[in-house]
Amino acid sequence: METIAKSIWKRLPLSSNYAVAYAARDSDVDEIAAYPITPQTTVVEKLSEFIANGELLAEMVHVESEHSAMSASIGASAAGARAFTATSSQGLELMHELLHIASGMRLPIVMSVAARALSAPLSIWGDYSDVMNTRDTSWITIIASSAQEVYDSIVQAYRIAESVMLPVMVAYDGFMMSHTYEPVFVSEKAGLFRDYIPRKGRVVLDTKKPVTMGAVANPDWYYETKYQQVKAMSDAYGLSVEADQTFSKLYGRGYGLVEEYNVDNSELVILTYGGIFGTVKQAVDEMREQGIPVGAARVRLFRPFPLNELRSLLLKSKAVAVLDRSFSNGLPVSGPLAVELKSMMNSYNINVPVYSYIVGLGQRTVTEADISKIASQALSSKVSNESIYWGVRE
Amino acid sequence: MPAGAVIMEPGNSAERFTGDWRTFKPVINQDKCTRCLRCWVFCPEPAISIVDRQYTSSSGRAWKNSVEINYDYCKGCGICVEECEPKAIDFIEEVK
Repeated sequence: METIAKSIWKRLPLSSNYAVAYAARDSDVDEIAAYPITPQTTVVEKLSEFIANGELLAEMVHVESEHSAMSASIGASAAGARAFTATSSQGLELMHELLHIASGMRLPIVMSVAARALSAPLSIWGDYSDVMNTRDTSWITIIASSAQEVYDSIVQAYRIAESVMLPVMVAYDGFMMSHTYEPVFVSEKAGLFRDYIPRKGRVVLDTKKPVTMGAVANPDWYYETKYQQVKAMSDAYGLSVEADQTFSKLYGRGYGLVEEYNVDNSELVILTYGGIFGTVKQAVDEMREQGIPVGAARVRLFRPFPLNELRSLLLKSKAVAVLDRSFSNGLPVSGPLAVELKSMMNSYNINVPVYSYIVGLGQRTVTEADISKIASQALSSKVSNESIYWGVRE
Repeated sequence: MPAGAVIMEPGNSAERFTGDWRTFKPVINQDKCTRCLRCWVFCPEPAISIVDRQYTSSSGRAWKNSVEINYDYCKGCGICVEECEPKAIDFIEEVK
């Protein structure tokens, strides 16, 4: 790893937004459709800079909305370009119908999402309400927890997308990651990822060899076309493992689909996703010092759901506290990850207590002390069967 | 089956018979038809054909051409029935 690091990497202080921009540059994207929205904006600003100074040969399409940003990405991808876009919050919501079209047309678009709360009330701050609303769009969804992982995941995303022909979004915390700086290794030489994400032939719009894309499918064909997507998402699972392992072998960094931290010999596992995992790990360290047997884990691949990794985690867990930064209103257990974990456990007859906590909505601060208190409550087993809205003023 | 419902041979809509969408079937009464071709003008499909077949009406009028409906593509929208001035098109429920 050290030798790899010295020869091909340049170590830069980058926000996760800039890490995305460097990753898109190093993935040699052809087309970027951009509409500014906080906290994503600096991604496409940086990419504009790369294009302006000749570091990236790509078409920057300035559009008038995110609906058009995704439409332009669909058109560019259908025409054979390696398409990239970035958004957040209301922008992702405005794209929503196009998200289904991108996945339904099987276009390997990659998009970064600086995850942010949804209006109303208006909030520009980070949580995962926007990302969780896209669960049914057939987009492969990676949620990163560090700027380096954001960079690596964008590159991996192109490998997965162009293998399975489904779009991929790479999400990370708005502000807590999008606007905080970390040391990140980025490629020092052009074309470092050329073999990792090779240009493959695929069916594209071409006047010399015309095809029709996005046509109507009546009841006799719609169902089969959708089922192809189901199979593709299923294939995406193995391909995500492969993309991460190959990346790790070639470039010295891998993440797995579920990251575990001090899970062995624990009485409770705190399961979450995104940048909050850093705080959770810190809290676990502090609790372990006091002899409290807790561990932590995070889901890195949210779609397809990492079934095998979570089953193996649950085998080692006596109880799980799930921290969700989003909620699906109207359910007794409303945290999206908690709901899906429970559903999976039910299907596979896994019986471990799962406690659902809603935290950090609209970027309400969650500290190590909060995590410790949550852990103590969960360890006492005096926990409601329903989601707990941690720290809310009623 | 191509992924994403891509159609590899475009321009193939002629191969898709849309006539099976129909519930009501327009039937031209050649005797009443004045060959004004309003139906031909208004048919959105188009599923009205002007065919080279002579027809002599009961009143003795000889037509050089006949107007017919192409049931492979007629969706049964009834626009021709509505637009026909001499009311020469019947609209009959089809039992399949």
